[in-house]
Amino acid sequence: MSQLTNSNNQVDSRNIFGFWVYLMTDCILFATLFATFAVLRNNTYGGPSGHELFSLNFVLSETVILLTSSFTCGLAVLAAGRNEKKQAIFWFVVTFLLGLAFLTLEISEFRHLYIEGNSWRRSGFLSAFFTLVGTHGLHITAGLIWMFVMILKTMKRGLLVANQRRLIMLSLFWHFLDVIWIFIFTIVYLLGAVSR
Amino acid sequence: MNQLLNLLPHLGFFAHEAGQFDPFIFGARVTMIGGALGIAGLITYLKRWKWLWREWLTTVDPKKIGVMYLIVAFAMLLRGVSDAVMMRLQQALSVGASHGILPADHYQQIFTAHGTIMIFFVAMGLMFGLINLVVPLQIGSRDVAFPFLNATSFWLYAAGAVLINLSLIFGGQFAATGWLAYPPLSELTFSPGVGVDYWIWSVQIAGIGSLLSGINFFATIIKMRRPGMNMMKMPLFVWSVLNSLVLIIFAFPILTATLAMLSLDRTLGMHFFTSYFGGNPMMYVNLIWAWGHPEVYILILPAFGVFSEVVSTFSGKRLFGYKSMVWALAAITFLSFSVWLHHFFTMGAGPNVNAFFGIMTMVIAIPTGVKVFNWLFTMYRGRIRFTTPMLWFLGFIATFTVGGAAGVLMALPPADFQLHNSLFLVAHFHTMIIGGVVFGYFAGITYWFPKVFGFKLNEKLGRYAFWCWLVGFLLAFVPLYILGLMGATRRLDHYDASLGWQGLFIVAAVGVGFVCLGIGFQILQLIVSVMQRKQNLDKTGDPWDGRTLEWFTTSPPPVYNFAILNRVNDRDAFWAQKQLQKADKPVYKDIIMPKNTPIGLFIAFFAGLFGFAVIWHVWWLALVALLGVITSIIWRISDDETEYVIPAAEVERIEASR
Repeated sequence: MSQLTNSNNQVDSRNIFGFWVYLMTDCILFATLFATFAVLRNNTYGGPSGHELFSLNFVLSETVILLTSSFTCGLAVLAAGRNEKKQAIFWFVVTFLLGLAFLTLEISEFRHLYIEGNSWRRSGFLSAFFTLVGTHGLHITAGLIWMFVMILKTMKRGLLVANQRRLIMLSLFWHFLDVIWIFIFTIVYLLGAVSR
Repeated sequence: MNQLLNLLPHLGFFAHEAGQFDPFIFGARVTMIGGALGIAGLITYLKRWKWLWREWLTTVDPKKIGVMYLIVAFAMLLRGVSDAVMMRLQQALSVGASHGILPADHYQQIFTAHGTIMIFFVAMGLMFGLINLVVPLQIGSRDVAFPFLNATSFWLYAAGAVLINLSLIFGGQFAATGWLAYPPLSELTFSPGVGVDYWIWSVQIAGIGSLLSGINFFATIIKMRRPGMNMMKMPLFVWSVLNSLVLIIFAFPILTATLAMLSLDRTLGMHFFTSYFGGNPMMYVNLIWAWGHPEVYILILPAFGVFSEVVSTFSGKRLFGYKSMVWALAAITFLSFSVWLHHFFTMGAGPNVNAFFGIMTMVIAIPTGVKVFNWLFTMYRGRIRFTTPMLWFLGFIATFTVGGAAGVLMALPPADFQLHNSLFLVAHFHTMIIGGVVFGYFAGITYWFPKVFGFKLNEKLGRYAFWCWLVGFLLAFVPLYILGLMGATRRLDHYDASLGWQGLFIVAAVGVGFVCLGIGFQILQLIVSVMQRKQNLDKTGDPWDGRTLEWFTTSPPPVYNFAILNRVNDRDAFWAQKQLQKADKPVYKDIIMPKNTPIGLFIAFFAGLFGFAVIWHVWWLALVALLGVITSIIWRISDDETEYVIPAAEVERIEASR
């Protein structure tokens, strides 16, 4: 009669399943933005194209930082699974700082483009670019706020079952954003840099 | 602060945008504000605020959330129907020298509001209401997968509904673009006011609520079914809902992204869909229908599910062709993503593309036909009881088949070039939405009403309501088929007397009068049923001699739905159990249930406030609202004690008193 009680196992699998479904809806949201970017990428309306705007070295450093943060996030969850609170917090703090660094770089890229007169108002291409990359950035921001709250919570309450579950979902979210970034890196920046 | 001051001139209670007095907007404002004050006064007089807060506003119980969905949906139905009445009057009167009762601009806002309200706030509301009330019971579960999220979804839907009504009070204008707000008309250049922004944000907020509900109930059906109930033992309503939820999960993110892009065009000056600076308006039309066509099936599939339950129960037979019904649902779900272009054959995508989408559209009629025949075969040689839900079903079968045939006709691109944007199309989709969706949900509400409230609805008044709706529907829309073939376009606010259309338009206006009469009977039915509830009490929990699990528990069910979660061994689980002897005295255990919380309400309040602030470009308020949303979510994450225990002794006491 184990089905009578909400055993933690059942709740865990239900929550993580639900979170996966959410991630898939987010995936479709990004797919829509990718599709609009693909339609509009040549609609520069006399403005600059991706080839003229993007610096691959800069984007590569962003990418390395984000990929590393995904790795440290994995280490943090492994530590949490072993119930090593201090180590888990340490790795989450490292992940948080790397995420913050990524976000800072992205904002500086946006600022740079804006100041040079290449804002989202310039052309359909730039609208699609700012929206796609900016939506990823907003997700990173949300992830950072969530991570900040979870770090504080873990410090205060320890690695409760509920916290462990939330940490797993947080790491799923973070890895998901990493995957999205790989697509952005390829489709927006790499393809943008090679095609004129 | 300056931005807020800009709002002030729009608050003038009597003034319309252009400064002239509009009796309809004035009337709507008086009704809405008067109604709100009246309800608030009544609650204060009855000293029910605390009860309302504790039992309803903070609830996470899907049985109560479902009821709240139905209440909001019915309130919105009244508004949508009054829009319809104004449109019918305008078209019946505005001929030749007369220009009817409405100025063109106001008329455009009314047909926009009518479509938006009927789809997003009536049909979706009725659907989620029924899903909340029935799905957990039918799968034999105590709750949904994420009760707090469920409450949040409802309140987001309610916040969207509030926002669309606020457009009448603050600003006095709504989008004048048609219910899907095609650009470039909906861009800032051609629609400079706040109307389109009201449309965007009310739909966006309600849409996010629907998306979250979709995820929630999908996880509920996949993860929380009673042991033994494998997929092929699920009741057909659950199957239909599951398919609808899959569509929600795939389609609603597209809507969210598309509305966000239109909003970015309008607020930040981007160029996604503008007709200059490299924007692409047709991309919007593709995107919105990539959501919009599945949306049609999102609404109709659960109605199919309702009819499957109703036909089987009132024919006293197991549903004919269960497996083919399930596969038909799956086929429709799959195909519904491959037909969106038939909404704009005239775009000029070329004959090959049009031919593909035309053929796919015709193919989708096959699984739908399978379903129609299965329902008819279920009735064949059954012991049919002609109750109100069964009447709704029979009305549905007749109208839906005709409407579907009209759809197949328009699936031919050459025919569509003639019928595109005509009243023929309007008649077609109203046949599907009224004859299919609305009749289906009315059947469902009548069918499950005793389960939810513990007493049956008055049958006689229900039959009157049905006949008024059916006659009204036919009178209102058969003329539109004819007018469409005669060349009348949709969204017409004036026509020449020599066309000879007025007679048919008058018939259509009489039809909407009959529909209003039907709604009147429904309201009367509710009042009479409540007053005579003692005579219609459902003491058995099984008023219709039902077949599925929801009839196994009491009416209304206890907060935990089922005291014992025993195995399910049959497709018609309750029917099978009724044939067996009564089991031994059950052994009760502690039950864990979620605690009530107001945080879902707060999140939706701040989300609505955020939408309102962006509509009026009051950026500091938008920031405050956003912080409000984030703080509410963090508050929820920080709470580790979200559940409480009902001890076994208490369960036994409740069960003994049934």
